[in-house]
Amino acid sequence: MWALYRRELSNSHRTGGGALIGVLFFLAVVAVVPFGVGPDLNLLARIGPAILWIGALLASLLSLDRLFQADREDGSLDLLVLEQEQHWLAFTVFIKIVAHWTSHALPLVIAAPLLGVLLNMEPIGIAAVTATLLAGTPAIAFIGAVGAAVTTVLPRGGLLVSVLILPLVIPVLIFGVSAAYGAVQDPDPFLPPFLILLAITLFFAVIGPLAAAAALRQIGD
Amino acid sequence: MQDASIQTNRLTDLANPTRFISLADRLVPWLGALAAVLLAIGLYMSFSAPEDYQQGMTVQIMFIHVPFAWLSMMCYSVIAISALGTLVWRHPLADVSAKAAAPIGAVFTILALATGSLWGKPMWGTWWVWDARLTSVFVLLLMYLGLMALHRAMDDPSKGARAAAIVALVGFINIPIIKFSVDWWNTLHQPASVFRVDGPTIHPTLLWPLMVMAIGFTVLFFFFHLMAMRTEIWRRRVGAMRRIAARRADA
Amino acid sequence: MQLVVENLGAERGGEPVFEGIGFELSEGEGLVVTGPNGAGKSTLLRVVAGLLPAMAGGAELRGSGLDHTGLSGACHYLGPLNAMKPALTVGENLAFWQAFLGDAGLSVSDALDRVDLGTIDHLPFAYLSTGQKRRVSIARLLVSRRPVWLLDEPTSGLDRGSQDRFAELLDDHLASGGIFVAATHIDLGLEQVGELVMKAGH
Repeated sequence: MWALYRRELSNSHRTGGGALIGVLFFLAVVAVVPFGVGPDLNLLARIGPAILWIGALLASLLSLDRLFQADREDGSLDLLVLEQEQHWLAFTVFIKIVAHWTSHALPLVIAAPLLGVLLNMEPIGIAAVTATLLAGTPAIAFIGAVGAAVTTVLPRGGLLVSVLILPLVIPVLIFGVSAAYGAVQDPDPFLPPFLILLAITLFFAVIGPLAAAAALRQIGD
Repeated sequence: MQDASIQTNRLTDLANPTRFISLADRLVPWLGALAAVLLAIGLYMSFSAPEDYQQGMTVQIMFIHVPFAWLSMMCYSVIAISALGTLVWRHPLADVSAKAAAPIGAVFTILALATGSLWGKPMWGTWWVWDARLTSVFVLLLMYLGLMALHRAMDDPSKGARAAAIVALVGFINIPIIKFSVDWWNTLHQPASVFRVDGPTIHPTLLWPLMVMAIGFTVLFFFFHLMAMRTEIWRRRVGAMRRIAARRADA
Repeated sequence: MQLVVENLGAERGGEPVFEGIGFELSEGEGLVVTGPNGAGKSTLLRVVAGLLPAMAGGAELRGSGLDHTGLSGACHYLGPLNAMKPALTVGENLAFWQAFLGDAGLSVSDALDRVDLGTIDHLPFAYLSTGQKRRVSIARLLVSRRPVWLLDEPTSGLDRGSQDRFAELLDDHLASGGIFVAATHIDLGLEQVGELVMKAGH
């Protein structure tokens, strides 16, 4: 399994682009918001956590459709599915998701503080957004893997993954943004929504790989 | 004569759906008539119900809005049960049922949202508020539309059914989380100030017409559902016959 | 150890592809599956491997004495695709499959020597020619020990010399008590292997 993790990482590192394009997309989304709402720094600071979260959400959804598709195109997916007896398929899927998160979502989390500065956010707010992204983006990857798995056989599954998954990640967005606001706005609490966010991530870490593995077994051809 | 053997083979495969179709043929007219009678009685009762001293005539919208909202949720449960049927029991009709239910559920959900916003306009002074209930129902609509898109995108119906079944079940598990999170979000952003009907406190003169309407629309749903399932089975048969015709042309 | 396939039937997209296929292979026996396009050769291999559900009958491995519970853990599946990442080097690809499949056989460099690619394990897989890619894929069968090989058009893209080398590998596999089922158009030049002819429209 460690071999699988290493292979996924070095593959996405070498094919390049993947992570970089995600970060660029994140940057572009955040950069167009001031053009839309105007360059009012106070307003930007106020909606900053929401912008960062929505940008990170879209950026991580966009890269998801290749999660299993690339393996299907080169034939690896058959072999990964065939090894069910040795490696529980849900666990194989789990490792693939974790590797995908490391290579595609972690760079977004790392880029978030920089973009927070551009949005004139306070340091504590930036720290809170980064922490919530770190805790919440795995949930997006885990539940998104279900969408990626069912659309694996479709030639253009990318948009469909987003359509299927966006309603399901609304709770992640709500608690992520709530916790981030809780850190900067006084009456709102930080810890309760953050803990719920962690709970959702753990919950999705279980049902996401299970459902994705079931989908890969069911719709394989 | 291989084709003949294929055909008989396929016919035995379809034995179950064939029996289903003859059952549906007999049930559909009765269900339609029952729904029409119930809805006629329900509508009469609704219009003769006393006007609310606060809301006036607009309270009448409730008699169709609440059944629509109920059906939007019941229909997703039907899809989730059908999804279990597809994945666990591999029942041949389960995926037909799930596929047929999705557009009906989406329409009832849209109607629930539309009547809700018609009701809301005089109450809230605006067509749409991001109220916890409206938002949850809106998310439900998105889930219906996603399922329909997935069904359409798959060229192989059985593969599409299994994919949609998994997504439907994952969505079903998530509904409580979504509901909880939307409630949390709503109380955080705008304290509950909007008008709400709470079930137990509703006056009996309003409750009876509401019950009749809800049952009437539920029967109407099963009427539509049976018809849509029958149509879907026919559509699949046409597809199978076309494939056989294509193979004959080759031979 | 015996690979037993009984009365196997399969369908694709709701259409039956074949039915009533059966054969038995003991240690050291191979089977070549031939037939025109669309006869269901690939489907047969995928059903035997366990990638597709069987509509009737089944395939099982008897008396393997191995601790695998079923057939899919005891077989190598060589599909029409090579299952290698183009961006990774040949050596990295093979080392990954060796680690993932377990029960290491030949070392990566020895396996590459057996397919005459000993000198290029540092090249990215994408740089190889079609035939070389296929040979790397064949080397995967050697880096990890599995008694049953399921081969779908194993020699596609190979030149005459490489085909002969591959036939030698198959001979060695049989000599060491292995079993193989190969779907192919090309005569592999092997003696003493059975042949199963599949017809279009079953």
